[in-house]
Amino acid sequence: MQVEAFEGEEMILNMGPQHPSTHGVLRLELQTDGEVVQKITPHIGYLHRCFEKHAENVDYPGVIPYTDRMDYIASMNNSLGYALAVEKLMGIEVNDRVKALRVIVAELNRIASHLLSIGTYAMDIGAFTPFLHCFREREKILDLFEWTCGARLLYNYNWVGGLSHDIPEGFVDKTRQFMAEFEPVIAEQNELLSFNKIFIERTAGVGILGEELAISYNVTGPNLRGSGVSWDLRKADPYCGYETYDFNVPVGQGKFGPLGSCWDRYYVRVREMEESLKILRQALDRLPDGDVQEKVPKKVKPPKGEVYGRTETPRGELGYYIVSDGSPNPFRVKIKSPCFTALAVLPVISKGEMVADIIAVIGSIDIVMGELDR
Amino acid sequence: MEALLKLLSDNVAGYGSLASPLQYLLPMVLASLCCIALVALFPIVAVYAERKVAAHMQDRLGPMRVGGWHGWAQTIADGIKLLLKEDIIPSEADRVLFKLAPLVVFAGGFASLVVLPFGASVIVSDLNIGVLYVVAISSLGVVGIIMAGWASNNKYALFGGMRAAAQIVSYEIPAVMAILTVVIPVGSLSTQEIVRAQEGGWLGIGNWFIFKPVTAVAFLVYYLASLAEVNRTPFDIPEAESELVAGYHTEYSGMRFAFFMLAEYVNMFVVSAIGATLFLGGWNSPVFGGPVAFMLKSVALVFVQFWLRWTLPRLRVDQLMYVSWKVLLPASFVLVILAGALAVR
Repeated sequence: MQVEAFEGEEMILNMGPQHPSTHGVLRLELQTDGEVVQKITPHIGYLHRCFEKHAENVDYPGVIPYTDRMDYIASMNNSLGYALAVEKLMGIEVNDRVKALRVIVAELNRIASHLLSIGTYAMDIGAFTPFLHCFREREKILDLFEWTCGARLLYNYNWVGGLSHDIPEGFVDKTRQFMAEFEPVIAEQNELLSFNKIFIERTAGVGILGEELAISYNVTGPNLRGSGVSWDLRKADPYCGYETYDFNVPVGQGKFGPLGSCWDRYYVRVREMEESLKILRQALDRLPDGDVQEKVPKKVKPPKGEVYGRTETPRGELGYYIVSDGSPNPFRVKIKSPCFTALAVLPVISKGEMVADIIAVIGSIDIVMGELDR
Repeated sequence: MEALLKLLSDNVAGYGSLASPLQYLLPMVLASLCCIALVALFPIVAVYAERKVAAHMQDRLGPMRVGGWHGWAQTIADGIKLLLKEDIIPSEADRVLFKLAPLVVFAGGFASLVVLPFGASVIVSDLNIGVLYVVAISSLGVVGIIMAGWASNNKYALFGGMRAAAQIVSYEIPAVMAILTVVIPVGSLSTQEIVRAQEGGWLGIGNWFIFKPVTAVAFLVYYLASLAEVNRTPFDIPEAESELVAGYHTEYSGMRFAFFMLAEYVNMFVVSAIGATLFLGGWNSPVFGGPVAFMLKSVALVFVQFWLRWTLPRLRVDQLMYVSWKVLLPASFVLVILAGALAVR
């Protein structure tokens, strides 16, 4: 008697673009065998807004609002990279106050971005309460930004050669107060979520991104550091005087299960918030006096040439390749997106996982579709 | 119901001389009305309570506007909204099953109320197989869930339905085993008998099964399994929002959706009430017995369900099966053997 192997039918499951956990408008085509996912095909472009083309038709300062709208979770970090690149092209050296303030807003924004990331990640795993705790803290940062430049998400704050506004009076004290309130929240978050048995079961050992794989796919930021690679542009290629601050680069340690799991990536973000607090404290202490618009040029018209500027945003290495033909409008602005490379590696690391794990992996690579599609 | 019948025939002149079926009709109608009232009112209160409990755990206020005082009318407003909403049936859905599913799910929870002993004489019917009846009738819900998942013609709904079926069937076994540890020493399946067996003892609570060695562990097993049976966190996998949108009721809207919600909250109450009956002494209480004590105990267990839901993340489907088959089931087998050994002694 012969026994034939039972082969179930594979099902195509369309996940997104309208799905609660695809973090925006990502669409995934899952080929599933029961609960096990055999193949993932990401479809992107639902949030494509032609930013790079737009940038060719406005003047240099006019590009900044567009950069804000790419990664709307961390706008400060986006415009910072662009401003630095144009300054490099024009040979502008900003004063120390601008540098320190840029570090302050960038780090505050990094904390806000990581809070959103780990909060929504908790929700992906099914815990709702940590999400709201994170949002409560994020709200305080947004209030600080609103006070500074009038906007809560899209700031247009980092200008070429300076900042749009100086910080309001009392900002330093308010920020210190926020930091004092925020520090215990990290410990609370760790207790409630990070070291929860169920959370570890769900995330450690899932979506393993090995060191070599991460490097070969050019994965950057917390995702790369979660795989144990100590690579942070703030250390490796410092800007805004980051070399003068004392901080560590947290990397994944594979505490629960293999290195480079979702838990490692998640926990790197938690620890980066602590490091950001450290940087903030130093920046607030040293904040020098000066005019934040001292070096803002009347007419931004860089000489002919090209430049590549890169910064460490909360999502990784964001690069701007700008070509100038000597006119007031950039000839070409090409953006190197950290989310794009992170998504590229998703089908590789989540093959053979279960449907529920796909959600865990998407959340852990922390992509923002606005920046991915631009 | 028997008590009500006796009350009527004692106090209403000539009631006892009516034909026997007619005699039973009035108490039956009254008892059903009471159950319907409970089923309709409990979710309204529970949904509001859950929102408030969740809100305060999350450092926010919850509903504050509708009705004035702390938004007490929020759930009523939501209920009215659901009543008035358009009733959408997907064009490719199996219409008969799609319409039937919410009713089947609801009926399972509703029918379980029949044997809940609210007080010494406050029970719709003290069946001599009461516990078995509850276990059997509450399984009806899973049929409705599969119907909903299948009839919606939606892959997410189907996923949710299949997960629910696997989960509920798996967790029924440890739940029943845990219940057996109580049935063995009492020697009866009647819920009233079980409650009476827990009367008295040290401080009036010493005979509750939760304070006895074997059944105390059985209570934990039962409670965990019951969480899974009513799809609450950390076992809310069939309706895992972040994975399956809304699971088996993804395609439902309006009143049909409301029926699923009603059923969920009624089931939460039923499993808590069974837990209170079997392990927490039912309507027994050192201070004041009767329906008040019974409701307080049940509501306390419902509150623990809220608490867990707003604290814990969700397990994955294979981990859930692991907990059921490799942890709870062997544990409950051991408990049954121990309970049996204690009973023959």
